[in-house]
Amino acid sequence: MIELREVTKEYSKGVAALNGINLKIEQGEFVFIVGDSGSGKSTLIKLIMKELEPTSGTIIVNGNNLSRMKHRRVPMYRRNIGVVFQDFRLLKDRNIYENIAFAQRVTETSTRIIKKKVPAALSLVGLAQKYKAFPKELSGGEQQRVAIARAIVNEPAILLADEPTGNLDPTNSWEIMKLLEEANDRGTTVLVVTHNQEIVNEMQKRVVTMKKGVIVSDEKKGGYKHEN
Amino acid sequence: MRISTIGYSMKQGVKNIRRNKMFSIASIATMAACIFLFGLFYSIVVNFNYIVEKAEEGVAITVFFNEDTTQEQKDSIGAQLKKEDGVLKVNYVSADAAWNKFKDQYFGESSDLAEGFKSDNPLANSDNYEVYLSDVSKQKGVVSFAKSLEGVRKVNKSDVVAKTLTSVNKLVGYVSVAIIAILLAVSVFLISNTVTMGITVRREEIAIMKYIGAKDGFVRAPFVIEGLIIGAVGAVIPLVLLYFMYDKAITYIMTKFSLLNNIVDFLPVANVYRTLLPIGIALGVGIGFVGSFFTIRKHLKV
Repeated sequence: MIELREVTKEYSKGVAALNGINLKIEQGEFVFIVGDSGSGKSTLIKLIMKELEPTSGTIIVNGNNLSRMKHRRVPMYRRNIGVVFQDFRLLKDRNIYENIAFAQRVTETSTRIIKKKVPAALSLVGLAQKYKAFPKELSGGEQQRVAIARAIVNEPAILLADEPTGNLDPTNSWEIMKLLEEANDRGTTVLVVTHNQEIVNEMQKRVVTMKKGVIVSDEKKGGYKHEN
Repeated sequence: MRISTIGYSMKQGVKNIRRNKMFSIASIATMAACIFLFGLFYSIVVNFNYIVEKAEEGVAITVFFNEDTTQEQKDSIGAQLKKEDGVLKVNYVSADAAWNKFKDQYFGESSDLAEGFKSDNPLANSDNYEVYLSDVSKQKGVVSFAKSLEGVRKVNKSDVVAKTLTSVNKLVGYVSVAIIAILLAVSVFLISNTVTMGITVRREEIAIMKYIGAKDGFVRAPFVIEGLIIGAVGAVIPLVLLYFMYDKAITYIMTKFSLLNNIVDFLPVANVYRTLLPIGIALGVGIGFVGSFFTIRKHLKV
């Protein structure tokens, strides 16, 4: 599903954010990417999103070699990947329904299908009653749930979450992780970048630990490691 | 693109305009000013051309014949002149007609003074062709052609009028093109600025769109529609204004400078608008499109 072979990313000459990474994630896996700031976690997500190009190496996602992918093919590729950010990135001038519908409008889904899928996605994250509310009227946890609804409404094969609990209290963090796990149970491959030790240790999923641009450990059912 | 997507893009385009109200109004106002000036210059240029054309029609060259030229030869000269490029019409003026015209011009009401010449026309050999030109710049060619014809004694022409009209015509054309080009460049720049503002305000939304998998066209569409609307509104307002002002301006000129009544003739507004309306709207919409489309390409890297 996701494969990185000898991937290096240098932002400026000689300074590598990622250094010869090899990683393989199978379909339906739930993987935590952990590591300190500057370890290369976010760069990894950006490379998978094809927001960045690797300096060297090969990235294959869903059978697509990203280095060979033409610019015009990128939108179709991204439609198969849902993204959740630490700061939610909801559109403040639109209500919850419109925020989720937006993800479908972008993919040129018909209004008839939008009317069916948006309430379903809202139900999955437990916010069906609040579809008229605006982001500022919701708590951080609720906003992140809306972001998850937006990420899963197009039923992507892969869900990338970059610090999804970074701005949330423990209770809300657990709710978010539960939603991501449920998406994983429905067959979606989930990749979560996080600093949250408690969650990583508790959930006992595959944990990839990064440090200074390299993978220092990869455990099937691991915990949060502090590499010094 | 789906119809619902087109509808969505249009709504977003209108929303962009409302969101950047002040910039949108400034763009529409500048565009309106540019199209207004364009319309004004266009009206002046076409009217000037019309006046010049009328004046050109009055510029004639006169072709005189040798004494021994037969009527047959004269007819042949007339036929050949008619076929020449730049010739509008050819009038034959007989010796009698030439004398009568001269008499009217120089003796006026005292025509009895000319009675002495009654049986002896002093202009007996002055029958001629008056050749009227459709294009004054062709005068030189027509004159040398006429001179080359057998049976032609002399060709009279008015160099000063021809040259002045041609050069004034050219000057007005060049100045108008230069002013219009500057105005159009200013309009493109302003629309570009408005769209850049819109992009800055919506940067986050655009980033989300791209993450979710929006195609380039979907991201661009609302901005292009915004540019098109600004361009269209900015064109329609001055064109309507100019339409109603045109007749008033002509009436004002004619009453204020009544002397002009006999000399110049202005084009009716309907004639001017037959061309100005489609060009004005196409310009507005075109500038809107160019200004927005290329700004998005530059700023979005979609």
